[in-house]
Amino acid sequence: MPHIPLDPDLPGIRGAMAFRPETAKPLNELVEVLLRHPNSLSAGERELIATYVSSRNCTQFCHSIHGAVAAAHLGGNEDLVRQVKVDFMQAEISPKLKALLSIAGKVQQDGKLVTPADIEAARREGATDMEIHDTVLIAAAFCMYNRYVDGLGTNQPADPAFYRERGKRVAREGYVAASEEYLAPHSSAAAH
Amino acid sequence: MPHIDLPAGFPGISAGFQFRPETAKPMRELAHVLLHLPNSLTPGERELIASHVSSRNNCHFCYASHSAAAACHLGDASLVAKVKADFTTAPISEKLKALLAIAGKVQEDGKLVTAADVEAARNAGATDTELHDTVLIAAAFCMYNRYVDGLGTWQPHNEEMYQAMGKKLAESGYTQPVAASR
Repeated sequence: MPHIPLDPDLPGIRGAMAFRPETAKPLNELVEVLLRHPNSLSAGERELIATYVSSRNCTQFCHSIHGAVAAAHLGGNEDLVRQVKVDFMQAEISPKLKALLSIAGKVQQDGKLVTPADIEAARREGATDMEIHDTVLIAAAFCMYNRYVDGLGTNQPADPAFYRERGKRVAREGYVAASEEYLAPHSSAAAH
Repeated sequence: MPHIDLPAGFPGISAGFQFRPETAKPMRELAHVLLHLPNSLTPGERELIASHVSSRNNCHFCYASHSAAAACHLGDASLVAKVKADFTTAPISEKLKALLAIAGKVQEDGKLVTAADVEAARNAGATDTELHDTVLIAAAFCMYNRYVDGLGTWQPHNEEMYQAMGKKLAESGYTQPVAASR
């Protein structure tokens, strides 16, 4: 039950964004740049980082939708997404992504826990400065999105099937485009 | 010592913003809307929420810059210190105390916010938008704090620098870069 009146047809972050389009605009732009703009990390890899952090924060809506988007980018591989949530060190992902997920896990707790050794481990596996920067920022940003979704008491459906089709759509169209269906016209006017 | 090759001379978050302008833009815009644009909560009240969360996250750069902005807006640095020491006894409104309590819970975990917390804020006069913005300011500062700390940015202990920064933020908000410190 949300703590403020939110549209019951818009679960999770969507209801919150529809309530306050002025903040929804930069929130959508940030996630669009971080998870979808061209990057040496694939969209699937970046969505796995977002999913992992959201799973550590136990935010159902966020790890479910981003898990679905990740799976859509990764050929429908929901098993891989599940494995990353449960124990990424055993998942069939690159050593570089494992090193970046370790960093993300530390940022999720407290940015001060990231050590030079963590960074060096990621560099040894080929991570660039940009990839490290974006990993830290994705982790930090999802600590925001997760708290926003939980802190307002938004409705967060438990059934994975609920997220699957939307995950495919977001993977195709992106966050800004997908948000236009529920945001007031003025807030999408300046998007890209 | 930063973990990546950040441009020299830029303190805290400004180094990250210089390194990656594409993400800086929406991050600045979010702060500008949340903390600076017109709102039934004053900019001083909103900066107090931001600095309270940054203090709880033990992020020096963010605490110092936002408490300086708060002091500028409120015209009272000692009030900011009292809020940091114990907001429940500080000379601030009951509404702001209730909102700071909610912000503190969001800082730990959004799921800790209860219906009773929200009702206490409403009883003290908080509106839906004020509740929404309190939750989002707290959530957003959990991002900014982790970004500043997670990159290992330079976070000087320089009172004068933060006072100057606070004045500029109070006057102009967040959409323009801060000049590099030499």
